[in-house]
Amino acid sequence: MMLVKLVDGIGSFAENKEKAKDIRLNKLIPTLEKGEDIILDFKNIDDATQSFIHALISDLFRKYGDEVLNRISFKNCNETVSKVITIVADYMQETD
Amino acid sequence: MILTKKYNSRYNIAMKIHLPHSAFLGNIEPFIRGFDNSNLDQLQITTNQKWVAVHPVVLVMVAALAQTVEGKNTSCEALPGYAGTYLERMGLFKHLGIDSGISIVEREPAGRFIPITKITTSDELTGLLTEMVPLLHLEPQQASSIRYIVSELVRNVLEHAKSQHGAFVAAQYHKKTNKIRIGIADTGIGIKAAIGQSHPTGNDLEALQLALTPGITGTTRKEGGTEQNAGAGLFFIKSIATANHDYFVIYSGNALYKLLKRRSSKVILHANPFEDHHSKKSDLPYWRGTVVGIDLTLDATEEFTNLLDLIRDTYSKAVRDRKKARRKKPKFI
Repeated sequence: MMLVKLVDGIGSFAENKEKAKDIRLNKLIPTLEKGEDIILDFKNIDDATQSFIHALISDLFRKYGDEVLNRISFKNCNETVSKVITIVADYMQETD
Repeated sequence: MILTKKYNSRYNIAMKIHLPHSAFLGNIEPFIRGFDNSNLDQLQITTNQKWVAVHPVVLVMVAALAQTVEGKNTSCEALPGYAGTYLERMGLFKHLGIDSGISIVEREPAGRFIPITKITTSDELTGLLTEMVPLLHLEPQQASSIRYIVSELVRNVLEHAKSQHGAFVAAQYHKKTNKIRIGIADTGIGIKAAIGQSHPTGNDLEALQLALTPGITGTTRKEGGTEQNAGAGLFFIKSIATANHDYFVIYSGNALYKLLKRRSSKVILHANPFEDHHSKKSDLPYWRGTVVGIDLTLDATEEFTNLLDLIRDTYSKAVRDRKKARRKKPKFI
């Protein structure tokens, strides 16, 4: 199980898509490829944009299907961040 | 009196823009119609000589336009009194490359405004987002939607506009109405060219309609977007404006879409922006790039978290409806 503390390098407002991409490519995908599960820790993150969350996780749905939600957990999310994550997860499951 | 950078009197025709007595989002059209883009080599800025009170979107448009004639010719009529001081304080003359001769007395170092700021990199955007909360004296729940809007709009410019000069941003708090007014402008390829890479459209207004529709991105025709783009940024911003009861304007090419003030207290989001209470124009002077203006009433910003539930429903329904529309129909003979 890998724990990814997002506030490190992201700050309290998660909006930098390039950083999201970097985390996705260098941490999330290699971990899932190894068969390990992931905890994304949003502690001290006040807000996140839909674009940031999309850049962070949408490609995981394409690569691993909706089942990826069984392998990733979202920790310490406030109400706003939870809702943005839910919007992106719903959207990706609606698409082909 | 004319303030100039390099003004060459050999030129009789210049690109012209006039700063009027008043230009805010509710009455922005006369200002835009007065924009004359017949000569892209020279910029002549004229002003109302008694008073100028304008939305930050007007200032960023002028600053962005001035970059396109950089190293060439810019002239600006001097303004008397407070109006000149206001434009100096907002950084307009700096971006025009003109010395106004106006000196500013900093009565309040952290006044509630963000002067015209040019953003060309992701790091510069991060810096602006960090600074804007204390500069505008925002409470945390107010900061959420305002940071959200600026981040999404500026990232759109950095990723899609292909602008040589980046994005120009300015914002100002208006005490009497308790509003933050935000303006962002670029001189890039515009919405029609950006969205048209995957969704070719016949005109600028159709392109604006597509750009505001959730799940439509210029980066792919595929539902769900790409790994970096969902095509939902502008829809989210329009939704924030809808919940906020106030104006949202987007102008690109010849077209302008304006979300009008909401008449009812009930928030209803539409995937199709033309179903919202709006006005639109498709015969305006051509703007090479994209301009966005938005007003946010600070008393209404606490709706942001609740708004996300509505956004979720509308966003998902838009995808389902498009999938349904694409279904093959049985052929009955």
